[in-house]
Amino acid sequence: MANTYVKIASVTVGSGGAASMDFTSIPATYDDLVLKVSHRATVNIGIAAVLLQYNGNSSSYSYRRILGDGNTAASATDTISAVAIAQGGNATANTFGNLEIYIPNYAGSTNKSASADNGNETNGTTEYLTLIAHLWSNTAAITSIKILLTSGNFAEHSTATLYGIKKS
Amino acid sequence: MTTKIIVDCSTGVVEEVELTEDELAQREADRIAFEAAEAERAAEEAVKAAKKAELLAKLGITEDDAKLLLS
Repeated sequence: MANTYVKIASVTVGSGGAASMDFTSIPATYDDLVLKVSHRATVNIGIAAVLLQYNGNSSSYSYRRILGDGNTAASATDTISAVAIAQGGNATANTFGNLEIYIPNYAGSTNKSASADNGNETNGTTEYLTLIAHLWSNTAAITSIKILLTSGNFAEHSTATLYGIKKS
Repeated sequence: MTTKIIVDCSTGVVEEVELTEDELAQREADRIAFEAAEAERAAEEAVKAAKKAELLAKLGITEDDAKLLLS
């Protein structure tokens, strides 16, 4: 039976927090990648974005997003590598944002697209839901992935798990 | 001290290391870029809301009235 969904590696943030979670030496043996992130920041909700960067490269990114905050919905485009609004440290206690990123054809020689969906919750007053189309305009195969915040740190118990997907 | 957690997918080895000066500078640049983009969007939304309120006042109807008209 085909082993289509394989855990490659996992990271859990300890008591000191961490600015980023990095996966290096990613094997090129899968067709697609999935990154699942359970995140909470040490800064307030709405202050920080979660960014996705590849191969130690911080340029040539863009995204298109739809964001709902429990009151209004809006779309936006920009040239940063955001995949989510971070779950804030002022959100409901002991809750974490749920982020899933799908990266197809990561080892191929075309530009690297990804889709990301995320949900945050804070005491029912604001709930950020985002759908993001993320693009890295670079044809290099992805060998490392960094998930980071624009401000603050990932709080203790935040996790990131990388899975490989085989289509056969 | 600002750190990052690195996992080597070929070995499974996890280590926590301090960010370099370059990484700290990039992090600051990312923060500024994100905050500028969000501020720009907030300003656009404020202009849009003001224009909407002006139009509703000109028409002499409320937002709920407008929603009813468009439903």
